[in-house]
Order: sequence, then C-alpha cells, then structure tokens
Amino acid sequence: MFAFILRRFLSSLVVLGFVVSLTFLLSISQKGGPFEREKLTAAAKAEREKNAELDGPKWWQLQRYVKRLLRGDLNVSLRYQNLSVAEVLGQKLPNSLILGGSAFVIAAVGGVAMGFVAAMRKDSGLDVASMFVALAAISIPSFITGPLFVALFGLKLGWLPIGGFGTIPQLIMPSICLALPFLAYVARLTRNSLLDVKSQNYMRTAKAKGLDDATALARHAMKVAILPVITYMGPMAAYVLTGSFVVESVFNISGLGMVFVNAIQNTDPFLLTGAVVVYSALLVFFNFVVDVLYTFLDKRIQLHA
Amino acid sequence: MPDAVATPNRWTGTPPNGWQVLRRNRVAVLCFWYLVVVALAAIVVPVFLPAEVKMVSESSYVPPSWCEGGISRHLLGTDVNGQDLFYRLLTGARVSLGVGLVAALVSLVIGGTYGMISGYAGGRVDGGMMRLVDILNSVPSLLFVMIFIAAFDGYFTDALDGLRLWGQREHWGWVEAWAGAMIPYKRIFLLVLSLGFIQWLTMARIVRGQVLVLKELAFVTASRAMGQKGWSIIWKHLWPNLSTIVLTYLTLTIPAVIRDESFLSFLGLGIEDPAASWGSLLKDGAQVINPLDSKWWLLAFPAGLMSTSLLALNFLGDGLRDAFDPRSSD
Repeated sequence: MFAFILRRFLSSLVVLGFVVSLTFLLSISQKGGPFEREKLTAAAKAEREKNAELDGPKWWQLQRYVKRLLRGDLNVSLRYQNLSVAEVLGQKLPNSLILGGSAFVIAAVGGVAMGFVAAMRKDSGLDVASMFVALAAISIPSFITGPLFVALFGLKLGWLPIGGFGTIPQLIMPSICLALPFLAYVARLTRNSLLDVKSQNYMRTAKAKGLDDATALARHAMKVAILPVITYMGPMAAYVLTGSFVVESVFNISGLGMVFVNAIQNTDPFLLTGAVVVYSALLVFFNFVVDVLYTFLDKRIQLHA
Repeated sequence: MPDAVATPNRWTGTPPNGWQVLRRNRVAVLCFWYLVVVALAAIVVPVFLPAEVKMVSESSYVPPSWCEGGISRHLLGTDVNGQDLFYRLLTGARVSLGVGLVAALVSLVIGGTYGMISGYAGGRVDGGMMRLVDILNSVPSLLFVMIFIAAFDGYFTDALDGLRLWGQREHWGWVEAWAGAMIPYKRIFLLVLSLGFIQWLTMARIVRGQVLVLKELAFVTASRAMGQKGWSIIWKHLWPNLSTIVLTYLTLTIPAVIRDESFLSFLGLGIEDPAASWGSLLKDGAQVINPLDSKWWLLAFPAGLMSTSLLALNFLGDGLRDAFDPRSSD
C-alpha cells in the first residue's frame, strides 16, 4: 500500500513538473515577448526583460523560474503593480474554491440521487423524463445557461441577486449553473451503473432475503455501482475548474479563472504559470485522493506496487 | 430435413443490424434531419442574402422584424454594429459546425491510430499508453489550448501575411487573395488543430477496447496464419469492423468540440470579429443584458440555435451508440 501511494505521488510530481514547464515555455514564447505591447525602445525593453529575468535563451529562463519555484517563490506579476503572484492568487483562490467546491458537491450528491431514483423506477415516466433532462443539461453548456439564468431569475423574476459574491443567495445561481452539466452526467452514470449491477445474482439473493427494492439498491448495489462515478470525479474536478471560467465571467466573480484569462490576454507569464501551478497542484492532489479512495472501496483491485 | 419444420417460437429472421435499429429511433432520425437543415441553411442561405444585409450599418440594435420598431430587412434584428443577426447566426453556424467537424476528424486520426496501436500491441505497451491517456484525461487541457492559441496567434498571423506578400511578389493573385481573406479567420486553424489535439482521448480508449476484442477473433488469427502483416490486418480486417463505432463517437465528439470552441470564443480567446461563431455571438448577447432596456434577441436566438443543435448532435450520437454499441452504458 505504502509503495503504491509513493509511486503515485512520484508520478504526480512528474506530471506536475511537465505541465508547469510546458505552460511557462508557451507563455514566454509569444511573438516579441511579454513586453511587446508596451511600445518600448529596444534598450528599455532589454532592461525590463533583464529585471524580470526574462532575457536570454528560453531554457535558461525556465531554469531560473523553476529554481525560484522550488524555493516556493512564484515571482512577481508583470501587470499587477507591486504585487507578487502569490498575493494575487491568495486573494482570488478562496472565491474559486468556494464556487468550485459547492458546484462539485451539488453535482456529486444531486447526480447520484437523481440516478438512484431513475434506476429504481426504471422505464417509468420519471426515469425517461429525468434522463431526457439530463441529456439536455449535458448538451447545453454553462455559457448558455448562465446568461439565461441571469436574465430570467435575476432580472425578470428578481428571485436571486445577479452580482456580488460571498452570501449564500449570491452563490446559488453560479454554483448551480456550473454544476448542472456534471450533475446530469453523474446521474446518467449512476443510473446505468446501478442497472448493470441490478441484474447480478447477489442482488436476487438480497431480494430473496426480503429486502425491498430501495434498500437492496442502496445497501448492496450502490457499493459497486458507485465505482465508475468515483472514477469520473477526477476528470470532473478538471472540468469544473475550467467551467468556472465562464461562470466567473458571467456572474462577475473575481476568482482564479478571471486571473487566468486576464493573464493570457495581458501576457503576464509569471501570473499565468502561477495560476497553472495552483490548478495542477489541486488537480493532482484530487486525482491522488480519488485513486487511493478507489483502491479502498474496490476490494477486487490488487495493488501492484 | 428436420430444420425445415421451424418451431413457432423460434425467430428465424436475420438479427436487426444497427442501421435498422437507428431508423426505428424516431428522436435520432428527427435530430439527424434537423442537423441537415441547419447545416444546409448555413451553407446555402447566406449566398442568397442581399449584400446590404451583410454589411455593418447605421441601424444598431434593431429588434426582430415582427416586433415594434423592427425592419423587414433584418429578420432577427441587428447587433451593436448594425450587423444582421440572422446572417451572423448562419455564418456563425458555418464556423462552429465546420470547426466541430474538422477538429473531430483530427481527433479521429490521432485517437484512432493511438488506440489501434495500443490495442493491437497489447501487454506493456498497451498498459503504458493507456496510463498516459488516464493522465492526460485529468489534465485541464483547455487551459493549454488557451495558452497555445495566445502563444502562436502572432506567429500564425505573420505566416499568413508572409504568404500574402509572397503571392503579391510572385503575381499569384489567388494566393494573395486567399491569404489576405484568411487573416481574420486565422484563429479557426489554430482552434481546429488544438481542439482536435485534446479531444482524441475518448476515441483512443474506444478504439483500443474494440481492437482488444477483435484481434482475438478467429478471422484475425486466420489471416495471421496466412501470413498477413500487422498493418494490413489492421487496415483490412480491424478497421472495417470499427467503422460504425468510430462514426458513433465521432458524432459525439462534434458537440464537445463545438462547446469548447464556443467556450473559448465566449471568453474572447477564440473567434474574433469580423468572423463570428455561436460562442462569440453569445458573448455579445450576454454583454448587453441589463434590467432596463433588454436586447433579448441577441441572447435568445444564438442560445436557441446553439442549444438545439448541440442537443440534436448528442441525441443522434446517443441513438448511434444504442444502435452500434449496445453494450456500452455511457
């Protein structure tokens, strides 16, 4: 077990290192470099590049950046005056974590519940209707539902606030908007996986013992049927993360997504790479947790260390 | 001849093939025709629209023609620059559907080859290749697309401009004209390439799974025994057996690509003016929502057309999957 965890941890570190290097190299290879748009003289540009440690060959720049990174220093932002990347990210990260976290919980809990109900009443009107709605929700991305929600619930009906962030009512619309497609996907996954398990022999045994449908499904089938859902949690975290870009932009939430998009548009390589470092670290950690969780839950898996 | 007396409860017909199953699926057929209509309209209708509709005009924010203040010339109203929304929606559909289709084909080439090699090689190679797919699946690949597009946008514009100037110098009028006309649409190329490059993972997994099963079947062993080489077995025996399942997942990749492309355009990192896509139209629509003076048509029509098309593509893909890949469940 320990060897397995160690191996996964090391391979995660390799992935992280690769992702960060690629991001940094791409973000400094824009045409003319990050200071191109400032219309500086050649000498002034060279001076600024030297100060920002963005002069010389690209490999050398990367090397210096990685050295800083290993010391835990994310360098300074080129656009936010006098702010270090760590400070900018520290301000925005909590908002994104609250939004992403609540969307994730809504998607996971709501999706499993919806899938469970649909599987229990297979082929009923409820099942057909909920799966139709689920496919619709998967198809329609959050940049359509977002503005429509704002226009309908925010402006027309006036039920929910459309701006600001921090209170629970302000959180409802963005997090539901972000969660919807994933909720739908999890619901379909849960339903199909439950139906697969339902036809197993031990389910018949459970019923023969006298368990009713709901208890049999919840106690016996769910243990196995939840596994594909857990596998999906890793990629889902990645999608929720990128999905939050649009939601942050629609609902004017000042989070990490907006920092990322602005850093791309303003050619701010250190801030951009810093955001990617935070994102990938979160994801790697999450996937790692999912992996370990999975091996605990699925007794059939043998760990090959 | 004992077989001639068929027992009444034995079904003697041929088993239904996938196409018959598909044709009986009303929703999928309906979605197919809807998509055909949208695609044809996007290709044909803009050709017949009068030239003055296609240009920027003074009349900005004209509501749809049946509303108060609407003009009959602008069927679905106009945007901030006085451009006709109907025309923009159709050209946007061209871009979105085109990018979706071509990028899905790119993903098919990459994912198909990768999955085929992985499945056919088997063993350690397969294990390693699939582990890579798992890793890539958990990387937020859209982030890379954004960074990639930002990084290479400038170089690509230069390349097209260089091509234009080269055409000018060599007196190759069509090269000059083509390159010049392509510059506003340059991001499309980058989008197609990069989105195709991140969407191949599912395709690789599906193809690999099928190849794993197929390569153990008797006809593959037989052709190997007759001395056929690996590549020709793949091409002649495995590929034809994969075509329907590949078609299924191709259909499901298209809406995924369209969604990603519109996502990028919505954030201002994809298609830019004067070119339009559904995402950039939605962005324009979302920017003008306000409580006082609603420009609802700029949001409602792009949202409607885009979500119905995506729905249709997904329903069609689902129908194809039910028909050709009945064992799979999501």
